[in-house]
Amino acid sequence: MRSDLDKAPWGLKLAAGAGLLYLFVPLLIIFVYAFTTEEKSFVWPPPGLTLKWFAVTWGRPDVWAALSLSLQVAAVATAIAMVLGTLCAAAVSQTRFFGREMISLLVILPIALPGIITGIALRSAFSMFEIPFSFWTIVLGHATFCVVVVYNNAVARFRRTSGSLIEASMDLGADGFQTFRYVILPNIGTALLAGGMLAFALSFDEVIVTTFTAGQQQTLPLWMLEELIRPRQRPVTNVVAMVVVLVTFLPILLAFYLTRDGDQVAGAGK
Amino acid sequence: MSAEAADAGAILPQRGGLSGRLSDLFWKRPGLLVFLMLTPPVLWLGIVYLGSLFTLLIQSFYSLDEFSGLVIPEFTLKTYAELLRPSNFDIIMRTVVMAALVTLASAIIAFPIAYMAARYARGKWKALFYLGVMLPLWSSYLVKVYAWKLILAKEGILTWLFEVLHITPILDAILAIPVIGGNSLSVSYIGTFLVFVYVWMPYMILPTQAALERVPINLTDASSDLGGNPWQTFRHVIFPLALPGIIAGSIFTFSLTLGDYIIPQIVGSSRLFIGQAVYTQQGTAGNIPLAAAFTVVPIVIMGFYLWMAKRQGAFDAL
Repeated sequence: MRSDLDKAPWGLKLAAGAGLLYLFVPLLIIFVYAFTTEEKSFVWPPPGLTLKWFAVTWGRPDVWAALSLSLQVAAVATAIAMVLGTLCAAAVSQTRFFGREMISLLVILPIALPGIITGIALRSAFSMFEIPFSFWTIVLGHATFCVVVVYNNAVARFRRTSGSLIEASMDLGADGFQTFRYVILPNIGTALLAGGMLAFALSFDEVIVTTFTAGQQQTLPLWMLEELIRPRQRPVTNVVAMVVVLVTFLPILLAFYLTRDGDQVAGAGK
Repeated sequence: MSAEAADAGAILPQRGGLSGRLSDLFWKRPGLLVFLMLTPPVLWLGIVYLGSLFTLLIQSFYSLDEFSGLVIPEFTLKTYAELLRPSNFDIIMRTVVMAALVTLASAIIAFPIAYMAARYARGKWKALFYLGVMLPLWSSYLVKVYAWKLILAKEGILTWLFEVLHITPILDAILAIPVIGGNSLSVSYIGTFLVFVYVWMPYMILPTQAALERVPINLTDASSDLGGNPWQTFRHVIFPLALPGIIAGSIFTFSLTLGDYIIPQIVGSSRLFIGQAVYTQQGTAGNIPLAAAFTVVPIVIMGFYLWMAKRQGAFDAL
């Protein structure tokens, strides 16, 4: 395994290594700042290290409220996206029909156009139809762009699942629902789970659309944005930032683990 | 064979119960099942997404009454004409130039990583490379921006690094460059550019890697056998074959930079980008028509870009 890497020219190795360092060092720096004793500025190197800010963050009700709202929104949006994305993927991959390309485009559009367009479009629709901002307006926005993640994963798996399995199940006397329950679902299950994980991570982290669809409520990213623009207690922001990085790594690693044998590994497009 | 004939010729008796009858019905009429499956997602996306987009587009043809500050719901192209005012046109040009530079830099940084992963990494290393791209790509957007605020701050790690290496004059010289320089990196265009590249570059790696993986290895061997040096092989064999992948990646980097309004707000000078203009116009200024007209700019640019990309075969590389 190693010998292949060793064959690469040193210039290429250097450039690739530098590129990966560029990707990872800023994330690691966040980890160091979470332990700094400095309160007022971003001074480097940190004058001292402390665990104090973890306790302070733990005692902050606004952080907990934002975290809980984010988790609720992500859970509901993911559930909606999983139903819609799976239905769409099943219909598109099992049959050919007129307008199939259009459906794919429709699903991908919310993520292909810049987020600010989705956001302001929703906001202008809410104001035109006088829909008050609430938990559900946030969910509405999130579910819309999460569909594509579930859809992509499910479509990739459906493509690999052989149609003859379904025919065999029917020939052996299973009805449509039994076939779905015992043949289709076990086949696509891990892909759906991976899609769900990614949708959850996407929703949990979303800020651009959310600024337009949230009223007074704060999701965790909105809380962070507020702290970035008008900092109140910088060390608390540092701790939250580190925890968020660690928490988002989990679903990504899990989604990768669930789909690693497939022809298309989850998460290739965000 | 009609449904009745199929019934008559069926070997098995009809299934009992509601679910049995339903599943028989779907078997006989697969079109019905597809229709039922498609209805919820199409209704959702059609109403929530396209509906909203449509209300937005309509409003860009309205105008704002300058005296009362109210939106006049009558068709006019006045708002679009406002986009061409020097101050607004500057915003558009600034954003497009930034998006183009970010895309170019992303392509250059991403290529070695993609090439290494596609050509040399195998097995365990391949997975590591994949995660090495995936984890930063999926990490929280705001946390990434925040990390760069820490790095670029006047008292932050970059200034410290320049000091330790005794090359502070170089940093001062860079900051003294008119237009792109500034008081510190975190309030200059250079800072904005660095953060944009950092946040969107991972989107370039995966499509480029996918395109490179499809380049047959014997093509590069043939090129060297025929006397091509590594540079010529790259220039005439690898690069043209990787180009559709790079273009596919550039769709993301370009589109995402075009619509971003948070990065230039947190790291950068006070001069606006399209996203910020949209945000202030719809928020504090209350000029929804102008905000809507501003959002049409990225839609049109991306439409044109996608059309060009399709002609270059970039969609096969996605």
